[in-house]
Amino acid sequence: MLELKQIHKVFNEGTPDEKIALDRINLTLNAGDFVTVIGSNGAGKSTLMNMISGVMTPDVGTVSIDSQNVTPISEYKRAKLIGRVFQDPMAGTAPSMTIEENLAMAYSRNKSRSLRKGVTKKRKEYFQEVLSTLHLGLENRLSAKVGLLSGGERQALSLLMATFTEPSILLLDEHTAALDPARAELITNLTKEIVEKFNLTTLMVTHNMQQALDLGNRLIMMDKGQIILEVDENQKGHLTIEQLLYEFQRIRGVKMASDRALLS
Amino acid sequence: MPTAVFGAFESGIIYAIMALGVYLSFRVLDFPDLTVDGSFVTGAAVSATMIVSGVNPFIATLVALAAGFIAGCITGVLHTFGKINALLSGILMMIALYSINLRIMGKSNVPLLNTDTAMTSMSDVSNKIGMDSFFNGIFSAIGLGDSLPRTWGILIFMIIVTFAIKFLTDKFLQTEIGLAIRATGDNKRMIRSLSANTNLTVILGLGLSNAMVAFSGSLIAQQGGFADVGMGIGMIIIGLASVIIGEALFGTKTIARTTLAVIGGAIIYRIVVTLALRVDFLEPGDMKLITATIVILALIMPKFIDASKEKKRKARRKAEHMIVSQIPSDRKGEADAGIKADS
Repeated sequence: MLELKQIHKVFNEGTPDEKIALDRINLTLNAGDFVTVIGSNGAGKSTLMNMISGVMTPDVGTVSIDSQNVTPISEYKRAKLIGRVFQDPMAGTAPSMTIEENLAMAYSRNKSRSLRKGVTKKRKEYFQEVLSTLHLGLENRLSAKVGLLSGGERQALSLLMATFTEPSILLLDEHTAALDPARAELITNLTKEIVEKFNLTTLMVTHNMQQALDLGNRLIMMDKGQIILEVDENQKGHLTIEQLLYEFQRIRGVKMASDRALLS
Repeated sequence: MPTAVFGAFESGIIYAIMALGVYLSFRVLDFPDLTVDGSFVTGAAVSATMIVSGVNPFIATLVALAAGFIAGCITGVLHTFGKINALLSGILMMIALYSINLRIMGKSNVPLLNTDTAMTSMSDVSNKIGMDSFFNGIFSAIGLGDSLPRTWGILIFMIIVTFAIKFLTDKFLQTEIGLAIRATGDNKRMIRSLSANTNLTVILGLGLSNAMVAFSGSLIAQQGGFADVGMGIGMIIIGLASVIIGEALFGTKTIARTTLAVIGGAIIYRIVVTLALRVDFLEPGDMKLITATIVILALIMPKFIDASKEKKRKARRKAEHMIVSQIPSDRKGEADAGIKADS
């Protein structure tokens, strides 16, 4: 589980460009929670993700994972507990290495790396087994270079690599935004399947309101560095896009300025 | 002439170890590491100084290897913790090593003549067990009696050492740590999100790379009979030339294939330089110019070849189009059929 306490972050402090990216954010994810995060550009969604993964450190506040305060722990050490999928399908895999080598690197995520062979016969069988759950036929292309795969295939592989070691937290940062609608749907369905299978505690940022409503048991809406709306399990079931937009207008007094969110 | 080629082959296989080091930094880590110019000499300086003062040459060679490892690690620390640009941290280390190398040697040149080195021990062994007379016998029998080398020991010893290093490198790059180093050069952000310390992988990779380079420098000093403070100038370009030539000629399908290609590239580079220097108007001082020319050619030739292929393909397309459009429309089908039958 994940606990954020009073997370505060200011960019360019003391300059005319000063911007409060996160304004005393409190958020708790219980084990097995799947929270979707929506909000317009600049709302602080990505900064929030970066705080949790350790890419940035907060000015004030603490991040705890599994009741352990990880705020001072560096990104790569924290990565043992966190699975991440990025927006860019090219970002989550190493293109000049093979599928099996990529999986082997993900396999060593929560272990210490040694001079053992990365791809053993036993691991190969295991990789084939987990790849077959993607239904993309990748299990027959273990020694193909990842750079040869399509964007959708690479993103599916990234998703698998982020999850098959069952991390404590899964962070999805608009991971379907760069794909065409058909591929995006495929990845959305895979996400649903995988998160349910491993019962992963998940935080997903999305610009797609429908996706935010379809997936997960909780929803939060962010604006200007604050969480302005929290929807719990009971309410989320019968929430619609219109209601979400109405809520935003009611709280902020202005219409939500995101064509992307409306159109998608 | 064949004797010269034999000599080129012999030093080529020693320089191949340096080229493997350059492959590790330049290709695997994607780090243009100029430390090489300095660490090559460091290897030579350390082992030459130790050998002259009476240390066992094999131990001296291993110490040279360790010295190169440390030099590479320092470049890595400058880049990762000091956040200095990759090129600049290599150049800084190269400059610093120039002075350090002078300090190690105490003068600008340490001769190793009439001293026991790893190379002389190898030729002694080869002489004693009769390997020299065995190979010389074969070569005399096939009519090459006048081009016999001094000894076969060095060549055979070096082939074994270089290929041992090649196989170790191949194996290492398949281990969990090796995979993390390769991914650092391929996609840093990704491997960091998979809990690898990319600072450490860069430092380790550069350390190993320069260890190989220094090892090669130490062996070249022992083969040539001297260590000189200027012997590393342009070494990075020679390494790069070997990598590029090898990759272009032998391919890069797998790691094992690529490392083999790099060794091949190093040997071919040496042979090309040796032959070039035999051209009448070229002098030994022109060697760096020849090297630069070879690298430039190796870098731009593939692009020219591709461009001319593309041009030919387009011209062919255009010609086909012309034929079709010149024929009256009612007979177009026949022309199409004719073209299809031709191709």
